[in-house]
Amino acid sequence: MALSGLDIFKLLPKTNCGDCGVPTCMAFAMKLAQKKAELSECPHASDEAKAALGAASEPPIRLIKIGRKNPLEVGNETVMFRHEKTFFHQPGIGIQLRISEGEERLREKIEDFEGYSVERVGEELKPDLFLITQDSQDKSLFLKILELVKQSSRKAVILDSPDEDARKAGVELLKDERTAIFLRQEATQTDLELAKTHDCPVVLTAAAYDELASRVEKAKQAGVQDLILNLETTNTGLRLQHNTILRRSALKKNFKPFGYPLFTQIFSENAYDALASATASLCKYDSIIVLPEYDKALLYALLTLRQNIYTDPQKPIQVDAKVYPIGEPTPESPVFVTTNFSLTYFIVSGEIENSGISAHLVVCDTEGQSVLTAWAAGKFVGETIAKFIKEAGLEQQVKTRKIVIPGFVSQISGDLEENLPGWEVIVGCQEASDIPSFVKNVQLT
Amino acid sequence: MNFEIPKETNTGKVLEVTIGATSEHGGTRTHTVEIGGSTALPFHFFEGHHPHPPRVAMEVFDKKPEKYPALLLDYFGDVIDHPGDMAKKCVQEYGAEMISIRLDGTHPEKGNRSADEAAEVVRQVLDSVGVPIIITGHSHYEKINEVMKKVCEVTAGENCLISYVEKDNYKTIAAACLAYGHTIVAQTPIDVNLAKQLNILLTEMNFPREKMVMDPLTGALGYGLEYSYSIMERIRIDALAGDSMMTFPMLVNPGYESFRVKETRAPEKDYPDWGDLSLRGAYWEIGTAMSLLAAGADLLILYHPHTVATVKSKIEEMFEAKEGE
Repeated sequence: MALSGLDIFKLLPKTNCGDCGVPTCMAFAMKLAQKKAELSECPHASDEAKAALGAASEPPIRLIKIGRKNPLEVGNETVMFRHEKTFFHQPGIGIQLRISEGEERLREKIEDFEGYSVERVGEELKPDLFLITQDSQDKSLFLKILELVKQSSRKAVILDSPDEDARKAGVELLKDERTAIFLRQEATQTDLELAKTHDCPVVLTAAAYDELASRVEKAKQAGVQDLILNLETTNTGLRLQHNTILRRSALKKNFKPFGYPLFTQIFSENAYDALASATASLCKYDSIIVLPEYDKALLYALLTLRQNIYTDPQKPIQVDAKVYPIGEPTPESPVFVTTNFSLTYFIVSGEIENSGISAHLVVCDTEGQSVLTAWAAGKFVGETIAKFIKEAGLEQQVKTRKIVIPGFVSQISGDLEENLPGWEVIVGCQEASDIPSFVKNVQLT
Repeated sequence: MNFEIPKETNTGKVLEVTIGATSEHGGTRTHTVEIGGSTALPFHFFEGHHPHPPRVAMEVFDKKPEKYPALLLDYFGDVIDHPGDMAKKCVQEYGAEMISIRLDGTHPEKGNRSADEAAEVVRQVLDSVGVPIIITGHSHYEKINEVMKKVCEVTAGENCLISYVEKDNYKTIAAACLAYGHTIVAQTPIDVNLAKQLNILLTEMNFPREKMVMDPLTGALGYGLEYSYSIMERIRIDALAGDSMMTFPMLVNPGYESFRVKETRAPEKDYPDWGDLSLRGAYWEIGTAMSLLAAGADLLILYHPHTVATVKSKIEEMFEAKEGE
């Protein structure tokens, strides 16, 4: 049972030292009760307090790490909807390596997947893990592939074999890597011993809620704390409902057996269908998503979706503040200015591109705020824009001496002209969607 | 271990909206399409009802868009200039459940076609297919008001879905919808309060609530999708909580938005990390469409035949879960 703020307060030192970052012990207690802080932030907490608060201060969904160096971290989510706060830990995206595909094919897959990365909005997006499945009798090839991944990859590994001996040999081979063990059947005592000895997370599978809960209890009793849950179904609608029910049970009902990250393996052979399933999984609570094949375009779409859904709604993504070429601008091309809120940047650059002209787009640093917000905060005014333009060396890059500002901040035009001698400021349209018509009707250079 | 499924019941319900009219009701459609009616969050069959699955429409054009993607010409090159034939192809070959006619060619800067020409295109499409029709306009207020007035008049009784009105331009089009028996789309720019405000304005005109659909504005994958996604979740949560001004079904445009962005146009040789363009186009639209479905979309206008097939079969699959719980 969760403790109230007052219950927790009684266990704290009551010194109001502020070392936890909160001014008073009472305030800290309230934050603990709301699960917005952790007891470890208080350096003076007694052992008694730690024991008593252990259960209460535990996050409702456990944080699980797979891998040793730069581990993949999943779980520790606190809300059902991203607008309530944010989703914290991006799901791990992986592919399955099936032993039956043969060594040569798998080598290729490992190399491709390992090498894949794509840049988007200044962020390097990469997939995270291999699910290595022994789907033939060939245990030695299974181990060989594990060895190969160990040598050539730094990604997380989930090993998956129906053979208890092969699982054991695999875990021992990767004992420094903190690999995860995928159990499609009920865990044996040997498996749980193995996981405990080598501190490996375990993916538990079940066909129904009760079965899953009892498998979790059994693993916990055996001393295995790091679990990932796989409530089996191939139906996307059921998957979405399962995940909602599991997450809601953990967050709203404090049902401990389901307080773990969730796992999905996508089986579809049709790539379009696989992406559709993965999209639903990513939006609705899966923390590990395993794809059947390596497909660059599909990974790009899914990694972009992950970036979108896991963006903190309170902290908009920023793009780098700099001068962006749109199309193939020459020194005579027109100049537009806007803010570095990513959405603003995307829409404005997209519409300039749609208009068919080439241009220089000056993206000022407004700490990710949109045009009107940044203007209201004094971050997008004549002085700051002029300073940025000078520092960016735009005056050396272009011969144009006209600059288009967003229509919503027409009031800064005089101020900007004063701060930017020699330039003429043109007030643009208010909506980006009007840019194509604006550039047709206004002399920009 | 006795686990009890935590159910949340809602007091609110998404309104059921019918689009199209058969001869019985003064139209010429072979059937109508109903959307809405949900009493729970999307696909939550375990705690509510979803009497109508989300529907998939495809779009045809009064004039070939200037930037129509090459990728789609492979499928529609032969019919892109013939909206009636294109509509037929969308319905018969690709399984579109409704057809949207986008009248961008009437925009003064995109062809400036007359209201009569637009009406003629709509007539052609109505004659070619039996499914209910969506008419999609643009933001040149003066012109679109003139066009929609005419189109509403010549399609009187068909109960088309007229897309869209905005806060600063709703009276003329709403009045035409009222006069000629059409359903309306209220579009607002990714904002819960503005959406509610426009719905209030329309109901203050005595617009029938069961003839209203909301368009919270779609951002494509990588281009503001997360804003649309969260706004739609918030609108749906409010609707289910009983807010009568949020309780309308939602329309989204993954096709139009996805096929404007670079990711559905740029070849792999320019962006090697982006992968095969012939796959990427539909992928981009599928990622956009599937996430908005999870957020509460009731009607999706899609462009790529692969997206249509995938999203339709996925909706069907997800609705099989209705029996499962």
